[in-house]
Amino acid sequence: MTTIANSLRNGPDERGFFGLYGGRFVAETLMPLILELEQAYEDAKADPAFAAELADLSVHYAGRPSPLYYAERLTEHCRALTGGKFGAEIWMKREELNHTGSHKINNCLGQILLARRMGKTRIIAETGAGQHGVASATVSARFGLPCMVYMGATDVERQKPNVFRMKLLGAEVTPVTSGAGTLKDAMNEALRDWVTNIDNTYYLIGTAAGPHPYPAMVRDFQSVIGTETKEQFLAAKGKLPDAVIACIGGGSNAIGLFHPFLDDPGVAIWGVEAGGHGIDVENGHAASMTGGRPGVLHGNRTYLLQDADGQILEGHSISAGLDYPGVGPEHSWLRDSGRVTYVPATDREALDAFMLCSKLEGIIPALEPSHALAQVLKMAPTMDKSQSIVLCLSGRGDKDVFSVAEHLGERM
Amino acid sequence: MTDTTIDTRITRRFAALAAEGRPALVTFVTAGDPDLDTSLAIVRALPAAGADVIELGMPFSDPMADGPAIQAAGKRALDAGQTLPKTLELVRRFRAADAVTPIVLMGYYNPIYIYGVDRFCADAVAAGVDGLIVVDLPPEADDELCLPARAVGLNFVRLATPTTDDARLPAVLANASGFVYYVSINGITGSAAPDAGAVAGAVDRIKRHTGLPVAVGFGVRTADQARAIGGNADGVVVGSALVAAIAASLDAGRATARTVPAVTALVAELAAGVRAARARAAE
Repeated sequence: MTTIANSLRNGPDERGFFGLYGGRFVAETLMPLILELEQAYEDAKADPAFAAELADLSVHYAGRPSPLYYAERLTEHCRALTGGKFGAEIWMKREELNHTGSHKINNCLGQILLARRMGKTRIIAETGAGQHGVASATVSARFGLPCMVYMGATDVERQKPNVFRMKLLGAEVTPVTSGAGTLKDAMNEALRDWVTNIDNTYYLIGTAAGPHPYPAMVRDFQSVIGTETKEQFLAAKGKLPDAVIACIGGGSNAIGLFHPFLDDPGVAIWGVEAGGHGIDVENGHAASMTGGRPGVLHGNRTYLLQDADGQILEGHSISAGLDYPGVGPEHSWLRDSGRVTYVPATDREALDAFMLCSKLEGIIPALEPSHALAQVLKMAPTMDKSQSIVLCLSGRGDKDVFSVAEHLGERM
Repeated sequence: MTDTTIDTRITRRFAALAAEGRPALVTFVTAGDPDLDTSLAIVRALPAAGADVIELGMPFSDPMADGPAIQAAGKRALDAGQTLPKTLELVRRFRAADAVTPIVLMGYYNPIYIYGVDRFCADAVAAGVDGLIVVDLPPEADDELCLPARAVGLNFVRLATPTTDDARLPAVLANASGFVYYVSINGITGSAAPDAGAVAGAVDRIKRHTGLPVAVGFGVRTADQARAIGGNADGVVVGSALVAAIAASLDAGRATARTVPAVTALVAELAAGVRAARARAAE
């Protein structure tokens, strides 16, 4: 591959840094494993057979390519707000149509092939809302490997359908009671498992965070989103979109969409964090870049929600999938560089977007991309009708109907 | 060869014990557990009970390398309001009455990073800290804290593990000073008991690469284990067993009259164990 000197797509450096962010801040026991993983991934990348097997599974097992869909009624809705004068076209990259119902399968297929290649016989994963846990359990079942999913006890309680799905798929779900029993605690426990079972175990991290090479590797596996989007949009409109936008928890669907567009200066890139009850509410949101500051957690330096003593805060979001106090390090770097604009959307705004999308498009989105849609609904009416925005619809909302009902005061 | 020129209470203590012909008992407790005053009383009582080196845990919200006992200790301390400035204050108050017992602060990088590395190093020296163990800073990250700490005369104690092979050991030892902390098992603190025979082999292997003393920890909880491991190790580290003793002494999470004696009684047993180590080894 040719390297463009001043490309924004060359990161990370050989030590795993995107500028100040990223790196390998792990205990010595894990260091040799991380180095082994990096080598194995470099070898796999250079092996056409690896790419071919992943491509075949992506098509026949996951259902790729996912469609790029013109959301005509949402577009009309935004145009009507301006009396028909303005309003960009709203397009959706339909990652929710993938097998398992989200973008998570893209990464899990890549990593399970790598695990097999490395001769690992046991898979561990962390999960928050359960989407990554389900995708990990799915690929583990497909390849006949035992899978242990760590999930915060609080999340086990509020995401029961996904817990049962994982069990149906043959995975073991371990509730984590340490800390507040949410995603970061599940990740801590997965790291403790890994450090104890180093010989046979592969840690399948679900987002573009953690120690190098995970952020780069997960990004690479998710970049199929942006690569397809670019081709599909060009085929449909003969040009590139004016803006692409995605929600950010750890940020894997977002970096997958963004990365192929980083060197296209005409494409504005927007990331939407979970604003929860509002950025001004102490520990009431999960917007690490808008409301946090750089620190070191889970093997990488990145923006984190933390107190004045450097203790990590739990954060809050209506969406369990965005409820993580950190963010992938490449996003932190893209934020500081100014290439990507990161903004928050509140619980309320996401909920409103969730409802609107369901009613106008006949698509029940997950609460996570509903945050991105909330920002689209603010932006589109300010843009010209000749312009277009592509939103990554990263997951379907079936898992969220119970919690949405609760927020709306409906009994089910 | 490893640089051992950073002279601190740690290097002096290990040298003195080597001359005496016995390993060091290195005791770990979490600063501020279960509260600041009780924690200070515990730390002050450790040397008389037989501790040779004190490791003081800096509590962190996300202790990824620790097992349930030390996780719980950190949570008790944080719930009681412990912060990094208060941990430094605890050292300062200890040091006012004890000029010789080495103190090593052990923890995770983020609270130090947020405090500010240069300011932290200066304040740690001023408080009377001798060394640092920071679990999530491997040698690849030496420019973060290890080198600034060395520059102000702090020992940076390195962790070596069963996964650290001969090819990697030189990198791990390159900027190490004070002593090397051999993590006896692949796992978290307070896990299964290490196999004394395997540990002895690993200690010998590390000693072929360095002149630094080698202390062994993770999973050591009894005087018998301390005696067995102390046969060829220069130090034996006990942590989870001590914080578990603290936990067992509490009443609804609060310190009782039993709390300090519970720790000192166990330390005294362990101290007898390390003192018997070489006598037994010589048999």
